[in-house]
Amino acid sequence: MPALEKYIGAKHTRNPHTIYMLRLADNALILGQRLSEMCGHGPEMELDMAMTNMSLDLIGQAKLLFEHILTLEDLAPNADVLALTRPLERYSNCLLVAQPNVDFAHIMLRQFLFSSMQKRQYEALLNSNDSTLAAIAEKSLKEIAYHIRFAKGWVLRLGDGTKESRDRMADALSCLWRFTGEMFTCDARVADAVEAGTSSDFTKTYSDWKLEVKTILSEAGGLTPHENTRMIMGGHFGQHDDNLGHILSDMQFMQLSYPGLEW
Amino acid sequence: MSRNNWHLYEVFIRSKNGLAHKHAGSVHAQDAETAILSARDLYTRRGEASSLWIIKSSDIIASDPGEAGELYDPSDDKIYRHSTFYTVPDGVKNM
Repeated sequence: MPALEKYIGAKHTRNPHTIYMLRLADNALILGQRLSEMCGHGPEMELDMAMTNMSLDLIGQAKLLFEHILTLEDLAPNADVLALTRPLERYSNCLLVAQPNVDFAHIMLRQFLFSSMQKRQYEALLNSNDSTLAAIAEKSLKEIAYHIRFAKGWVLRLGDGTKESRDRMADALSCLWRFTGEMFTCDARVADAVEAGTSSDFTKTYSDWKLEVKTILSEAGGLTPHENTRMIMGGHFGQHDDNLGHILSDMQFMQLSYPGLEW
Repeated sequence: MSRNNWHLYEVFIRSKNGLAHKHAGSVHAQDAETAILSARDLYTRRGEASSLWIIKSSDIIASDPGEAGELYDPSDDKIYRHSTFYTVPDGVKNM
């Protein structure tokens, strides 16, 4: 089957429940793909394994969500097609998860900022009117708790370490903080999902999250995010920077070259 | 990257409640917390563990392999220390 038909195969949806779950799935998929790039490149074998384990956790979460979406709505013939053949502007992950693996400090800070948000996002699903979604969230929360523990430990260790490790963590913070506002914006799709009973509104915990994260950062060698950072948004609505383009070219080529390929 | 702060730790895994911890291998880590996390990441990926013990390799006190002869050989010919050396008298009903 030609690739173009597969594109058409992943249909659009107008269902707010599905749209919100696609956002959750894309976040997990893209961060999982980003982390998988580190396979074989970790600073130490133990850390290499830790990052690939987290990658597998996230891709596993995405898989559960994509498969669940397909049981509710016939958007694609299978989860691979839904996950791997959409054009760039139809991915709804936040911008943070596509940011590059600059160094270990960037990777750990990105993970800490994302996972500490994801914990709140998934806790808000536990009372969802979709019981399968609530079960997926419950299972994922155990993985997320470990991701936070691991990444937080390294944010503290590097921030409070040597001059070089602190400089690198400070650089990561100045690069990544601008992508945090998007994750907690109560945009129309979050509001629709809340109204549909998919999730409660976790974006109300934004100030709690900021307090929690800033406390850790100040313990990490007195790091503070810039107060008046202009937040950059758009990923949730398909307006991505070129980072996602590079991820997709790598992630999609197999499914587009050999449409319908199965492992 | 500085390598001065990496230590070797030995990992012991208990697979089920009631069983003993068994040596599984070793990990490199900076301290107790990272050692536990690394051991979890390396040795419990396939549902092997319900508990982990970690000990710094340098803290293990081991016998000298060069002394193996004097330490262990003397027990080789003490077959009467095995219960199978003894025959159970016919009249014994409960053992």
